[in-house]
Amino acid sequence: MSNSNSLPGNLKYTTSHEWVKKEIDGTITIGITQHAQELLGDMVFVENPAVGRQLKAKEECAVVESVKAAADIYAPVTGIVVGVNSELGDAPEKINEDPYSAWMFKMKPDNTADVDTLMDAAAYQTLVDSEAH
Amino acid sequence: MAQANLESAVDTATEGAHGFIRNLSGKKDRWGEADILPRLFLFFERLLMTLKHTPLNAAHRAMGAKMVDFGGWDMPLHYGSQLDEHHQVRRDAGMFDVSHMRVVDMKGERVRDFLRYLLANNVDKLQSSGKALYSCLLRPDGGVIDDLIVYFMNETWFRIVVNAGTADKDIAWMTEQATIRAPQLQITSRNDLAMIAVQGPYAAAKLWQALPEAQTLAEGLKPFNAVEYNSMFIARTGYTGEDGFEIILPAKAASSFWQTLNDVGVKPIGLGARDTLRLEAGMNLYGHDMDETTNPLEAGLAWTVDLVSERDFIGKTVLVTKPRARKLVGLVLQDRGVLRDHQVVHSSHGDGEITSGSFSPTLNQSIALARIPSAVQIGDTVQVAIRDKMLAAKVVKYPFVRNGKGLI
Repeated sequence: MSNSNSLPGNLKYTTSHEWVKKEIDGTITIGITQHAQELLGDMVFVENPAVGRQLKAKEECAVVESVKAAADIYAPVTGIVVGVNSELGDAPEKINEDPYSAWMFKMKPDNTADVDTLMDAAAYQTLVDSEAH
Repeated sequence: MAQANLESAVDTATEGAHGFIRNLSGKKDRWGEADILPRLFLFFERLLMTLKHTPLNAAHRAMGAKMVDFGGWDMPLHYGSQLDEHHQVRRDAGMFDVSHMRVVDMKGERVRDFLRYLLANNVDKLQSSGKALYSCLLRPDGGVIDDLIVYFMNETWFRIVVNAGTADKDIAWMTEQATIRAPQLQITSRNDLAMIAVQGPYAAAKLWQALPEAQTLAEGLKPFNAVEYNSMFIARTGYTGEDGFEIILPAKAASSFWQTLNDVGVKPIGLGARDTLRLEAGMNLYGHDMDETTNPLEAGLAWTVDLVSERDFIGKTVLVTKPRARKLVGLVLQDRGVLRDHQVVHSSHGDGEITSGSFSPTLNQSIALARIPSAVQIGDTVQVAIRDKMLAAKVVKYPFVRNGKGLI
């Protein structure tokens, strides 16, 4: 509704409100969107998957908890976890401050083409707008 | 814009409906039958379709509140950050719109006798005008119908403040009991009143800035005492564990008083922070920590039940005879994570359940109230099932926080 200007065009998005960034080295970086952090409110806890864990697309693999509620985070594609942002353990509020910088974990997808099937910014904006009404 | 227009349309319709109710209760009918039917239809349609609004609804929206459906009421969850609002109340002063709660006036001869029988706590503790008492309203089987605050005004008038979601059920129960035992009483639901809580270490100082003429009258108020000031009723009560006041006033005066408080630096606080504040203060929330299936002894409310005097009251027999198998305790999570309502608590004496769990902004860790087997002791460690993990939590006495300071 109000974030149309802040939605980065270089990212891919999921229906469960994760953003996905394709890196040059073939890995992807995952976080939650501005819309998701707004809905959840002040973050107080982040639990990331273990590095090396094999994930299937849409598998529950992480949790963010705000004062108000817990939310599951899903793997956007099938692949292996290659890194986590351990900074969030002590400072989960970074997700509220800048959700597109405060990444959660990195994956190496089994099939890079899977990432291209995710929504682009315009499609995700349509989804957010439809949920707002 | 579209939203604003819709709201004013709803407000107008609601006013019309209230006018209709007043008309129904009066002897004379201002409108002919042809008028009443469409109005009746409109009234019930609105009742089904729209959330109820307090007199401060527009003020919340103007202050940027995130509004949520709270038991059928359109209420502010927060005005930006729940954490900031929580700290604001612990460190300075904040205000809450609690107009959804219901004021019930009970008037008539021998009203004290009736309340002595109706309530689990003993209204004989109330001997000076304005004195307040916290009590449960019990079923004959000891289950909690609601928790409430009752104020003694005079021997023909007691004022009761009950929860929003239970108000209609409470009034029906009170009326039913009064019909049998005290038909002379008048029980009036004061839907014409609003209520604003001002809480925090600087609540008093800021309230005198907002209401200078009331200072002389109200500054000497001890906790759990109230005084009438013009059309206001000022009580030194609250739901945060801080000093503060709950002010009952005419609905029409609510917006301007809210604005005056805002002008002297009392910040608006949403229901989100209200919940974390009351949890830190170790105060029960009806529907979470107790309900009709639990009795007050199992909900940490033994201190509010008078079993000492010979007085009979509804629910007493069961409370005296039934052994207490469970009790309410505090939990502090020893690990990272957040305790939540309904998580299962495992102990060497059997399982229990978290009744209210959240993150404590003051203690910067997760805390909870939990109902567990009575044999578990303060200081024991229990295991809480959180998703696929078992995390250790320490059993503690609550409150967790009082007057801005952690007690754990």
